[in-house]
Amino acid sequence: MSKANSYTTGPDENGRFGIFGGRFVAETLMPLILDLEKAYGAARQDPAFLDQLQDLQTHYVGRPSPLYFAERLTEHYGGAKIYLKRDELNHTGSHKINNCLGQILLAKRMGKRRIIAETGAGQHGVAVATVAARFGLPCTIFMGATDIERQKPNVFRMKLLGAEIMPVTSGAGTLKDAMNEALRDWVTNVDSTFYIIGTVAGPHPYPAMVRDFQSIIGQETKQQMLEREGRLPDTLCACIGGGSNAMGLFYPFLDDESVDIIGVEAGGHGIDTPEHAASLAGGKPGVLHGNRTYLLQDDDGQITEGHSISAGLDYPGIGPEHAYLKDTGRVTYVSATDQEALDAFQLCTKLEGIIPALEPSHALSHVGKIAPDLPSDHLLVMNMCGRGDKDVFSVAEHLNVDIG
Amino acid sequence: MQQTRLDNTFKQLGERNSKAFVAFVSAGDPDPVTSLKIMHGLPTAGADIIELGMPFTDPMADGPSIQASSQRALKAGMTLKGTLDMVRQFRTDNDETPIVLMGYYNPVYIYGVDAFIHDAKQAGVDGLIIVDLPPEEDEELCIPALNAGLNFIRLATPTTDDARLPEVLANTSGFVYYVSITGITGSASPEQNVVEEAVVRIKRYTDLPVAVGFGVRTAEQAEAIASVADGAVVGSALVDVIAESLDSQGLTSAKTVTETLKKAQELADGVKRA
Repeated sequence: MSKANSYTTGPDENGRFGIFGGRFVAETLMPLILDLEKAYGAARQDPAFLDQLQDLQTHYVGRPSPLYFAERLTEHYGGAKIYLKRDELNHTGSHKINNCLGQILLAKRMGKRRIIAETGAGQHGVAVATVAARFGLPCTIFMGATDIERQKPNVFRMKLLGAEIMPVTSGAGTLKDAMNEALRDWVTNVDSTFYIIGTVAGPHPYPAMVRDFQSIIGQETKQQMLEREGRLPDTLCACIGGGSNAMGLFYPFLDDESVDIIGVEAGGHGIDTPEHAASLAGGKPGVLHGNRTYLLQDDDGQITEGHSISAGLDYPGIGPEHAYLKDTGRVTYVSATDQEALDAFQLCTKLEGIIPALEPSHALSHVGKIAPDLPSDHLLVMNMCGRGDKDVFSVAEHLNVDIG
Repeated sequence: MQQTRLDNTFKQLGERNSKAFVAFVSAGDPDPVTSLKIMHGLPTAGADIIELGMPFTDPMADGPSIQASSQRALKAGMTLKGTLDMVRQFRTDNDETPIVLMGYYNPVYIYGVDAFIHDAKQAGVDGLIIVDLPPEEDEELCIPALNAGLNFIRLATPTTDDARLPEVLANTSGFVYYVSITGITGSASPEQNVVEEAVVRIKRYTDLPVAVGFGVRTAEQAEAIASVADGAVVGSALVDVIAESLDSQGLTSAKTVTETLKKAQELADGVKRA
């Protein structure tokens, strides 16, 4: 693929980022996503909508999130200056709320009366249940039965917030299956229901819309780094399942050529085994859940199950814009294994007093691989996109600790 | 576009003032051998058109019955290549009954669009229904398939309004598949008067036959639907019979073929009463 003049012009009018993206949905949903595209197009230019969103981001979410200089991690690795973008300090404990607020305001604007969503780790589900409670809309969250088991604290939080949890037992009972079931619900309840997709995937306009709502992460980072260091960061690093936190951090920097950008996929037991969720490293382009993107699949085009210690990264696809950024070479994509993430999880907790979610622990583990070889004036930003409270039980299990 | 088996079938049915019974089964359910036997028996049991499901791991528009049927077929080793082989074998002694492949785009995309169209045509496939290819994605498969002489059958749904219908019908051929409910296959039953209005509405924009499906389960429903349309499609009710006929290991039993064809005959009789 030839080098683009700008990496921020996508998607085109057909929802494509190069060959990726698109609108691969059943006819029943087609009028709905065209409506959504129109409504979102109008809302993003409406000052009243933007003001309300900003007000909520400030006073409800607690934005801007800090850009924190991780002094002890920096010392430990002995190279690049490591900054953490603290999106784990947001209300509900992750970056997911940024997108959910935008979408629920849109749902209200469109007169929708019911919210549905899929969730993997439960972070998106909690954020959806939170905004649904705040705006008084009933909500149903689809969650794989396997994920319900490994994310009990989040399941209970969603219930407390008034959400109905629908366990999904088809397939491996993880995020992909939850998304299938949410789509089936949406096809059935077209008039009343707004589907809040949690990542930069799905049919157009979702990938672009979710990216836009998450871009506040990168915009703040840029401004904070300029204030703090007087220049742009040298390297950005974020974990990727569907890729919304990464897209949010990366997007405002895509045309800043000096900035190295790295996405870290979930390597599970290793990308040379079948047990991983690294769609870019181990998949090939295909069509699922409304968009063309890299997918884990077999030679017959059947989708295979991802595996990751982190339920939030356990998805056989990835947002189409990441697929495009991979093929154009603008972003470098690597992976970290379950074990590497577990190690980074413990290290960050001990050195910085920050318990990270297992998802950003993947990104941190990659930071640990590159930071030692970088000079001390190299500015490296990692997106700390979620906190690890929800993972405490499953980490204890992996460490063979019984905490009852 | 040249006449296909689908065009001929609807023409002959029209001359007899008779309606089409479109029978859906997943290719390879519950195993390739049994599935081929069922397929061979369907025309005798009264099926005018066979809609053959291309199994996919993530059938997003399908309800539990067809999901399970798709899973059984995949577990028994069915692939897209295997599906085309089934059509080829069926054609060795049946050159009349139209075959429409129904499924999702990814297996076709991975097979390769040009290779798929060539092989499908050569195997004796007449038309395609690809659930996740709306008119907005016509360049992907619809246009090349039409150019190669395969019908591309589009789904029209209750959410397809008058403004959108012409776009949906533009590159549709063979027949129009009206999805009678907003929902997944095999769920709520459609109401006859609502379906009738919809069929009349679609026919304002096209001369193509309109077949109606999603939620048709009994001979009575098939009769009611067929009486206001050009045909009725039944899938979930047939694959449920396959599921119920299996032995305790989930394998085919002596009843599988006979019970499935018996159900098909009942449904066909319903349609023919219309």
